[in-house]
Amino acid sequence: MLWILFPLGFYALMFRFIRGLGASTALTDAFPWGLWVGFKLFAVALAGGGFTLAAVVYIFNIARYRPILRPMVLTAFLGYSMFISSLIIDLGRPYRVWHPVVMWNPHSVMFEIAWCVMLYTTVLFLEFVPAVFERLGWERPQRWLHAAMIPIVIAGVILSTLHQSSLGSLYLIVPEKLYPLWYSPLEPVFFFTSSLCAGLAMTIFESWHSSRSFGKQLDFPLLSGLGRVLAVVLSLYLTVRTLDLVHRGVLGLLRQPRTETYMFLLEGALLFVPMFLLFRPRVHNNPTWLYFSSVLVLLGLVTNRMNVAITGMQASSGTYYFPKWSEFAITLSLVALAFSLFWLAAKYLPIFPASAHGKASSATKEPLPELVHAGP
Amino acid sequence: MSRGLLYDATLCIGCKQCEQACAEENGLRYDESTAAEAVQSDHKYTVVLTKNDKFMRRLCMNCEDPSCASVCPVGALRKTAAGPVIYEADRCMGCRYCMLACPFNVPKYEWGKALPKVRKCTMCPQRVQAGRPTACAEVCPTGATISGEREDLIAEAKKRLRENPGNYVNRIYGLNEVGGTAVLLLSSVPFEEWGYPAFGAEPMPMLTYRALSHIPDLVTVGTVLLGGIWWITNRRSEVAMAEGPKNGEDREEE
Repeated sequence: MLWILFPLGFYALMFRFIRGLGASTALTDAFPWGLWVGFKLFAVALAGGGFTLAAVVYIFNIARYRPILRPMVLTAFLGYSMFISSLIIDLGRPYRVWHPVVMWNPHSVMFEIAWCVMLYTTVLFLEFVPAVFERLGWERPQRWLHAAMIPIVIAGVILSTLHQSSLGSLYLIVPEKLYPLWYSPLEPVFFFTSSLCAGLAMTIFESWHSSRSFGKQLDFPLLSGLGRVLAVVLSLYLTVRTLDLVHRGVLGLLRQPRTETYMFLLEGALLFVPMFLLFRPRVHNNPTWLYFSSVLVLLGLVTNRMNVAITGMQASSGTYYFPKWSEFAITLSLVALAFSLFWLAAKYLPIFPASAHGKASSATKEPLPELVHAGP
Repeated sequence: MSRGLLYDATLCIGCKQCEQACAEENGLRYDESTAAEAVQSDHKYTVVLTKNDKFMRRLCMNCEDPSCASVCPVGALRKTAAGPVIYEADRCMGCRYCMLACPFNVPKYEWGKALPKVRKCTMCPQRVQAGRPTACAEVCPTGATISGEREDLIAEAKKRLRENPGNYVNRIYGLNEVGGTAVLLLSSVPFEEWGYPAFGAEPMPMLTYRALSHIPDLVTVGTVLLGGIWWITNRRSEVAMAEGPKNGEDREEE
């Protein structure tokens, strides 16, 4: 599969840079943001687990969740890398991607996003790099980083909160363009909350795959606990969203037989079904069902981000946008690349605690004082 | 004082000389096929629409508080004191947020180019700066488009509405819409029919500004809160360590 996808993606990439956006995308003046923007919104949502777990482990000192930290931080790092890659591809003049560093406009949501991405990618790198140092056996940089970790984590949590929510704020300025089922003044809150769901679901998803590939995985009780947390956060998110729809009085729109209605219902189903499933002990105590539910959540959130970026903007644009083959090829290649990198990292770095591996790593690790006793 | 344009559709004869003058001013090709195009694009910044012998111009409204300038992450689009909303191509990185955000869908992109720019009417900034009329106003044979101080143009528009109420829809489009625009429109046909939506008086940038204005508070409160929580949990585990290992840890895990 990858042998076909990667060459195709590479060809599409060359096509995009040589011929320009007009030739390589279905974007037009009436529809200037498409698949790549939707993909960016989702890629960043995946990072929602990274900062939550970092806060839980480092700030709240809940050691039980420490084993999940690394897969989550790695996921977040790869999510951000995908964001940056697709941003560079999507920009009309990619070589000016650094412009926000020196050319400021603090009134722009996009400016804030640019800064959050730069800073938080650095934070994620610093949070993840101990795994690499550990593998290489470099103890001194490990210790330096460890000393600075608390401020780094605090900065990370704040930057993420800003960034996740500001992706929703992007659309606040187009009340007359985004379909009312998705346009809400609470959009920043929705983006933030759902990013937590995406991060949790992704961890379950990855752990399941990792256990199939290398037999390395997280303790099942821990994953099962994540499933329950996911159910709670998801129900919170869906409650607030439903209340918002009721409050804005737009639920009547669902009676209209149109694409927006169907896509909205699809999104709703993909989120409500796993929420109900995950509340049932039979589901969150069964690895296959847990995996299945997390896949549904991920699909639901992809649908949500694509609905905001594409479905919801369709009607007001007066045109019909459907991505070109090259847009799909590049997006899918980026996804495949991220999975491959995760696979490589899980294989060669101490990401998931394996039986023997896990002991070795927790011995060399220099954990917070009280974590010394938190071994398995 | 900020300058603007007043377009009175009832005086327009649809000669499209403004289209041609605009193309010349901006160094764009203008021929019969361009003249026939009825949409704004990267090679046509203003359009005269025709419907049942009525006319209406479309051009950048050069808003008083423009969405495009507000959303541009690098400040490539800017409202000048003289009135025009200008574009500095050297800053633009091509995120196209301006195109998404503009309530009038004015900014257009050079989709055919490998290194594209955003294109739009910038209300002839050099001319306006020097106190001269814009190219379109200068060439207009009937005075349908006139250039001047925005305040004077508003007074003139009000006078026309007062003196010939039967000729017009009783509204100056751009007086308050999205916080006011430098370009003001008068018409005998409701503006919605020409694709000019009925906007409120609040500038669109306020919508994102309200969200962005929470950032400083969030950063301060967040840092203090997280730092405080860390200090407490850290102190607790230090105390637990001193009192004897294991006990403290177990209690915390419950």
